[in-house]
Amino acid sequence: MTVSALLVGASLLLASSGIPGLFYPRSRALGERIAALLSAAGGVLGLGGSLAVLAGLPAPGLSLGWSIVPRSGAVLAADPLTAAFLLPLFLLSVVAPVYGLSYWPQAEHPDDGQKLRFFFGLLTGSMAIVTMARDGVLFLVAWETMALSAYFLVTTEDRKEPVRSAGWTYLIATHTGTLVLTAMVLLLGRSTGSFSWVPWEESRLPAGTSAIVFVLALVGFGFKAGLVPLHFWLPGAHSSAPSHVSAVLSAVMLKMGVYGFLRITSLMPAIPSWWGAVTIVAGAVTALTGVALAVGQGDLKRLLAYSSIENIGIVYVGVGTALLGVAEGQPAWALLGLAGAIFHVWNHSIFKALLFLSAGSVVHASGTREMDRMGGLLPALPRTGLAFGVGAAAVSGLPPLNGFVSEWLIYVALFSIWTHGQPAFALVGLAIPVLATTGALATASFVKVFGTVFLGSPRSAPGAVPHERPGMARPVLALAAACLVLGLGAPWLAPFLERAAFAWRPALAKTGIRILEVAPLGWISVFGLFLTGSLAVGLVALRLVRSAEGFRTGPTWDCGYAAPTSRMQYTGRSLGQWLGEQLLPRRLGPSVRRQEPRGFFPVIARFSASTPDPFHARLFAPVFSSWADRLNRLRWLQQGRIGIYLLYILIVLVGLLAWSAVRQRWGG
Amino acid sequence: MLETVLHLVVVLTVPPLLLGVIGRTKAAFAGRTGAPVLQPWYDLLRLFRKEMVLSTTTTWVFLVGPVLAVVAPLAASLLVPFGGSRAPVSFSGDLVLFAYLFALSRFFTAAAALDTGSAFEGMGAAREVSFACLAEPALFFGLLVLGRISGTLSLSSMLSAPWTTGWITAGASLVLVVAGWFVVLLAENSRIPFDDPNTHLELTMIHEVMVLDHSGPALGLILYGSSLKLFVLGTLLIRTVVPCGASSPLVNWVAFLSGMFLLAVVVGVVESVIARLRMIRIPQLLVTACLLSAFGMILLIR
Repeated sequence: MTVSALLVGASLLLASSGIPGLFYPRSRALGERIAALLSAAGGVLGLGGSLAVLAGLPAPGLSLGWSIVPRSGAVLAADPLTAAFLLPLFLLSVVAPVYGLSYWPQAEHPDDGQKLRFFFGLLTGSMAIVTMARDGVLFLVAWETMALSAYFLVTTEDRKEPVRSAGWTYLIATHTGTLVLTAMVLLLGRSTGSFSWVPWEESRLPAGTSAIVFVLALVGFGFKAGLVPLHFWLPGAHSSAPSHVSAVLSAVMLKMGVYGFLRITSLMPAIPSWWGAVTIVAGAVTALTGVALAVGQGDLKRLLAYSSIENIGIVYVGVGTALLGVAEGQPAWALLGLAGAIFHVWNHSIFKALLFLSAGSVVHASGTREMDRMGGLLPALPRTGLAFGVGAAAVSGLPPLNGFVSEWLIYVALFSIWTHGQPAFALVGLAIPVLATTGALATASFVKVFGTVFLGSPRSAPGAVPHERPGMARPVLALAAACLVLGLGAPWLAPFLERAAFAWRPALAKTGIRILEVAPLGWISVFGLFLTGSLAVGLVALRLVRSAEGFRTGPTWDCGYAAPTSRMQYTGRSLGQWLGEQLLPRRLGPSVRRQEPRGFFPVIARFSASTPDPFHARLFAPVFSSWADRLNRLRWLQQGRIGIYLLYILIVLVGLLAWSAVRQRWGG
Repeated sequence: MLETVLHLVVVLTVPPLLLGVIGRTKAAFAGRTGAPVLQPWYDLLRLFRKEMVLSTTTTWVFLVGPVLAVVAPLAASLLVPFGGSRAPVSFSGDLVLFAYLFALSRFFTAAAALDTGSAFEGMGAAREVSFACLAEPALFFGLLVLGRISGTLSLSSMLSAPWTTGWITAGASLVLVVAGWFVVLLAENSRIPFDDPNTHLELTMIHEVMVLDHSGPALGLILYGSSLKLFVLGTLLIRTVVPCGASSPLVNWVAFLSGMFLLAVVVGVVESVIARLRMIRIPQLLVTACLLSAFGMILLIR
């Protein structure tokens, strides 16, 4: 049995994991256990398979022996690039369903539990096929299955109006993206004469066509990855879904956009420099805008979603440097950029899954997503809080955690471009201060999140004492440990990252370059160990001081104020206020309505702030609603009966056939 | 080896003396004698002997802040050369680690402040993390300039480059970077005009207000850590301005240390002759610093 067959089998296990549960009555909990078991089994098998591929085991393509349409063949294969994207997918298919057993048990959600698990399996299974498909048509089919399952997952709680509206926005965005991708696949099929995704020859794909393909790939996959301004669907969708689904959407599904973009560029015969430059600019803009919008958010899960946009931007900066390195014949730039990008994909999927899952526990415990109603949850949720603290530091890119190492690789790639010399690329150096600002803003956002949610004292009296379910705390702690291990053990991951990079552009392998030669990851580990060790020693020492003398406790010293209340704490909104209102351009900032207190005996003072996505509210919504009015006149076409739509399809097909017949006969 | 030992001894003992020098300079301007230069050390030793009082709202995060406030600058100090030609540790890309170590201590200092649940400390934390968003790019623009001049990605080589070639080939850029970095130094170390380390109970403070609830050894760690931070960030500036490339190591170390004390005097002079800025003016000054360093970078693009 080949590795490819193993991986396909694992994907089928994932895809079918929700089906048995459909046959049980809603009151029985057996279905959810079967689903978690199947999904975890598929995940473990898949993890083994993808690690084997990354370790260098060859995985020959697997042809299913049928073609969906002429000139296409259903070929599935797994090279190290595929495996690099399969790893987070299989990891999450183990972690998320296990977490879901405690977070979304059938007993508490009899109405939508079965639906959720069915589409969850379909989503993870189809994503595995997306990364393994080596055929344009098969890829599109898997892509659309993924997109639609994600729609049903986003709208799990479709009783709520905001959820339906977020799902609707997502559906529009993803279909627009698929439309662009369909155009790309058709264009590629037309020029190369086949839909199969093997390296294309320069003679079949002239520079003009590849440029169009590149732009279509950037836009089409950009919708899925969440490149600004195509990200407008993302915050709503990710915050509406149940948290373990948000974790998968953020940690894995966004990366499918990155994967698709990498796959297309890996097959291109030649890469011009401007592709790299455009990708770096798109990434830098996305990173900075994403994090700038994150700072002001009041909704915990929306903030995490914006932070995902930021991280996708960082990944694209890495991919851009890699493209530039290939175009300019600089293997060091290419290797560092791509290794950094892929490592950041892994790291982001770990710490963002961690953050979304712990956010789920927090929402579960406090009953709200508004951060300004939380506070002081750390004593009640000690393990979740510890894990969240680690995740928040990791997402801010702080050493010694994993997020720092991947950002560091991208920084080194950018610095190498900058010190190299040529004025044209020197401007790429500007991405460095942009990334630095992004990092500082991310730190600000996550200090705010961690501080507002877990630290201080509770801001509003909760209905019940918050509690921690062990089944929800354990997966999150495991992910936190992974953040530390990946940060300290980065040198040992270098061979895996190299294989993924070499699978992307095999020409890189021929240069004989190695990551550890250009980026001394060993030193990063040494410093990481030093930091971890000294932190442990310092904390133990302080504890010894405390226990030797016995320690005194008292209320917080609020500058002598005698009766501080928890409502006087600084809120998350005020923590982000200066950045959100003063530093950002007004159009990106939150919309604030305030009525200041007036006079000596002020009676009324009001303050309210909301943070709708500015691109959604000010750019897309007006355009869409004006078009909606015009298109309303075609409403009579929509009869809502399947037969009618089949008739439409038939009419269009006959028309197209007639047209091509006419062209063949008279057009030449 | 000897240089490494000397490096460690200097970084562990000298930083609090800088605070002493700043204090003496300010006293001289005010017509007082001032506390002895060793006073910050006396204060630290006294604090380490004192009892620690903890707020009932605090958790483990409250103690992580002080520990990292020392550990992170200490780790960063291993990456910059003092009097010697090379730092104890130097590798390609260490400049990014250097910058992010300070971010690490900032994250947990601010988190520790929020852990108390006090409105004042929340304000301090908000200001600290917000102003860093402007200081960080200014630091990186300067690092870009030095990286381009030296053609390397390691701080040891970058900080040796100004006096081998830099001041001749790119003097204008370096002047701009030094100006920008000096502002960053004042901001990051909470000196006037950004913050007044002498006041204690004011709404307008940044760093001091974040550590209101720390006491005893924890406060000692924080004060020691901030002197370390001043020393390590000052090193960037001093190695750029003061030549430390002579053949005799003794001359280099003397040049470096006198440079550092001169920097402390300059900071003291600045604190004596100008007042603290209003809070809303601070971002403007930081943006200026950022733009100065950015111009330094743009001058190098050719």
